[in-house]
Amino acid sequence: MAVTGLIMIGFLLMHMYGNLKMFLGAEAFDHYAEWLKGDILYPLVPKGWFIWIFRAVMVASVVLHMYSAITLWKRAMDANPSAYQVKKQLAQTYSARTMRWGGIILAGLLIFHLAQFTVHSALVAGAYTTPYEMVVGEFRIWWMVLLYAIWIATVCMHVRHGFWSAFATLGANTSAKARAVLNGCAWAVALLLYIGFMIMPVAVFFGWIN
Amino acid sequence: MNVTLRVWRQANASSEGRMVTYQVQDVSPDMSFLEMLDLLNEDLTVKGEEPVAFDHDCREGICGMCGVVINGTAHGRGNSPVPTTTCQLHMRSFEDGAVIDVEPWRAGPFPVIKDLVVDRGAFDRIIQAGGYVSVNTGAAPDAHANAVGKLKADRAFDAATCIGCGACVAACPNSSGMLFTAAKITHLAMLPQGQPERKLRIKNMIAQHDSEGFGGCTNIGECAEVCPKQIPFDTISQLNRDLIASLFSRDGK
Repeated sequence: MAVTGLIMIGFLLMHMYGNLKMFLGAEAFDHYAEWLKGDILYPLVPKGWFIWIFRAVMVASVVLHMYSAITLWKRAMDANPSAYQVKKQLAQTYSARTMRWGGIILAGLLIFHLAQFTVHSALVAGAYTTPYEMVVGEFRIWWMVLLYAIWIATVCMHVRHGFWSAFATLGANTSAKARAVLNGCAWAVALLLYIGFMIMPVAVFFGWIN
Repeated sequence: MNVTLRVWRQANASSEGRMVTYQVQDVSPDMSFLEMLDLLNEDLTVKGEEPVAFDHDCREGICGMCGVVINGTAHGRGNSPVPTTTCQLHMRSFEDGAVIDVEPWRAGPFPVIKDLVVDRGAFDRIIQAGGYVSVNTGAAPDAHANAVGKLKADRAFDAATCIGCGACVAACPNSSGMLFTAAKITHLAMLPQGQPERKLRIKNMIAQHDSEGFGGCTNIGECAEVCPKQIPFDTISQLNRDLIASLFSRDGK
């Protein structure tokens, strides 16, 4: 759970950085997209192989992460056969409470996201010729920006608890101070991801990128 | 003061339980929560009704026997200004005329025996699985023969204050017994006497914890919040460290 989660947070940070290339113009972004799908690790591996190795790692991470989550959820339900009549939480954050259902919601939207920008079967704006045009076309739609604003919010809330929790599981929560530092880092990573991911669609929507 | 209690009544382990409302009159604000329950039971006895069964022993906050969920928090932590056991929670923490919900610990590994009494034998079995050091008896060793650093000694002592009341499990949304297990792991991991069996201990105690049917830890933190002995939440990370380390060594090494 912790290891696969951190792999995915690493991916999110990289993905966010890549998206910001939109600000450098069509040529830079399209060249970056081309490099992602073809040239990484070439000539160590043949052209186009890396992206599939990378996708395999990501799919494995998602599957193992979900398997761990379902196992934990099932164990929690088995350990809780009868509910309290009255229950008050003292420490639980909203992010921690919504890890499970929030995880399901964000996984559902992930499928849409992949269908839209990777498989291209769910493109709302229609035809395009370059990745740059595709991104601009999709984020010109106001409800698409809103949908992503909500989705990224669920992702970042998941990351807020997940980041701290992963490090605690791996043994890094060694003192009350370490706990505060880890929680601070979790907030920082979550906010960085939210701002980093949303700044580009918002810029496209307002026509700063076109 | 007068209070209204809504108490979980359950005749035995196999019967269905339900909340029953009682009025308790003339409660002194200086009474402990258990003394207030005593008052209720005296009243019920006079009326010829079955008294409410609840666990208790020392009533000094050090034995770990008492423990009920009060207004949705273990040991009534939500009402108490300080970490407390149920016996050390006083009625002055409640308003006159308050409606107070009283329930037993609820977790699969802690089956209700009667009313507010649960069977916490699962904790004993976790300790039996490895929460000890095998020291051959003999003459008492010299004091300071085994030097322990001050910080480690403090940490071991803090963790060793766990009284095994089970509030951590009662508060945990996953019904995990991780804080209890981590307290014993940390206690023994900090001391030289705990080192020979350290790796084997963590494997055996976690295996027993899981087989008792406790849930897994998801680092939410409810447990440490209600713990009457303030076992630090970070003991769980100590447990995780030892567990990860034990995966890279053979049993008993």
